[in-house]
Amino acid sequence: MTYETIMAGFGGQGLLFSGKVLAHAALIENKELSWLPSYGPEMRGGTCNCSVIVSDEPVGSPIIAHPNVLMVMNEPSLDKFEDTVAPGGTIFVDSALIARKVRRTDVEVVYIPATKMATDMEAKGLANMIILGAIVEKLRCVDPDNVEEALKETISARKAALLDLNLKAVEAGREFIRGEKA
Amino acid sequence: MSSKVLMKGNEAIAEAAIRCGCRHYFGYPITPQTEIAAYMAKRMPKIGGTFLQAESEIAAINMVYGCASTGRRAMTSSSSPGISLKAEGMSYLAGSDLPALIVNVQRGGPGLGGIQPSQSDYFFMTRGPGHGDFHIIVLAPATVQEMADMTRLAFELGEKYRMPAMLLADGTMGQMMEPVVLPEDTVDPETIPATKPWATTGTQMKRPHNIINSLYLKPDELEKTNYERFERYAKLEKEECRWEEYLMDDAEVCVISVGITARVAKNAIAAARKEGIKVGMIRPITLYPFPKEPIAKAAAKVKSFLTVELNMGQMNEDVKLAIGCSKPVAMCNRVGGMIPSADEVLAAIRKEAK
Repeated sequence: MTYETIMAGFGGQGLLFSGKVLAHAALIENKELSWLPSYGPEMRGGTCNCSVIVSDEPVGSPIIAHPNVLMVMNEPSLDKFEDTVAPGGTIFVDSALIARKVRRTDVEVVYIPATKMATDMEAKGLANMIILGAIVEKLRCVDPDNVEEALKETISARKAALLDLNLKAVEAGREFIRGEKA
Repeated sequence: MSSKVLMKGNEAIAEAAIRCGCRHYFGYPITPQTEIAAYMAKRMPKIGGTFLQAESEIAAINMVYGCASTGRRAMTSSSSPGISLKAEGMSYLAGSDLPALIVNVQRGGPGLGGIQPSQSDYFFMTRGPGHGDFHIIVLAPATVQEMADMTRLAFELGEKYRMPAMLLADGTMGQMMEPVVLPEDTVDPETIPATKPWATTGTQMKRPHNIINSLYLKPDELEKTNYERFERYAKLEKEECRWEEYLMDDAEVCVISVGITARVAKNAIAAARKEGIKVGMIRPITLYPFPKEPIAKAAAKVKSFLTVELNMGQMNEDVKLAIGCSKPVAMCNRVGGMIPSADEVLAAIRKEAK
């Protein structure tokens, strides 16, 4: 199975970081992977995204034309990527930030009010990790426990104090999916 | 066994260079390769090396010139507009027969251009980037692993043939992360100059002076240096061509592509194969020397060639030269920082297969 994930939103929402954590989790599992950021002036407040491929096969192009996993944290990103998602793919929408619904009918959609959840649990700015938790819990593209391991390895020394909060955010995302299933 | 780590292509180059005994980096920041300088700035002071942010690209390449003269492994890195500024220095390095590593993580041009990926310095790099008759070795990685491996290869080939060597990547390759096994840290930087009898290491009053120079006012002497240099190039062309063949056994269409576009092409080839189209790829790994022989051999078997590149057809010309225009050579390209999608490449393959 190959998971082609695009994570998109505004610069500053931690999209490159959540992609990096996902990539690290795949590395722990010795999977094939690539991580490609958008780079340039869009990183300063404009739209920003990264592409993460996790696969059992060697990765060809790191550029994703038709993601089967899309995580969006602002409306312009949903507008930009909705039509590119492969049929049968899954879109994770931060419904606290995006008012509209997904128009596609041939994809699965998870609406998760991640930004509100983050504020409620006093983890402002960690909506990205909440959605990442939801993605891995739902799709099992990597073992969710390895996401926690990856976080420990990825988080910079400067922000080490935030590790616990990040872990809690991932867990909140996982819990959201478990609650949805129940 | 070394374990895999996750690194950006730019960082992998920097770490690999250090592990190959490079202790002298001179550079000037420019997107999309600044991570190389940033990495060196962090690491070099900790291991007794030199990281120097020069006042300009021209200063940086001339610092490399001085450092390489002493036999040390020296490097600089930049992106397209900065590489233009280094052209004079590269010519001096070549004229003085000095090995050194230059990294070019290409962006769209000409002029200041943009900061998105490009392969539009192909002619500039492969024809001799500067004034005078010369070449530099040009290596084109297509994975982060190759970026690390080719850093070592560039140092080694450069020293073997006494010429500057370049890693020619593009913005995507520099920015992307992949798992990479870094080269073992087995090179003692202190032992390298002694392996270079021409280096200005100090005579200790035991040998005549070594002089590093590219000025020859007597034309017959200068002519001799040019002939001698091109004998080395001939040997290099004969012995050091590298390429990868992919599904070429029964191919009727041969894609030629390097770097990021070779990876896009691989996806397109896989899709085309599912449609029953017999298509393969020859991916040049050395751009100078260009792997003419395998391409010429393929020409005897295939119907047509298709270059996939991020320029207006620069490598396309090399393919035509390699096969003496014996078969059609089509092109699928985007420029200015755009990259053709696998679907665009697939459409081009379908057209050639008809």
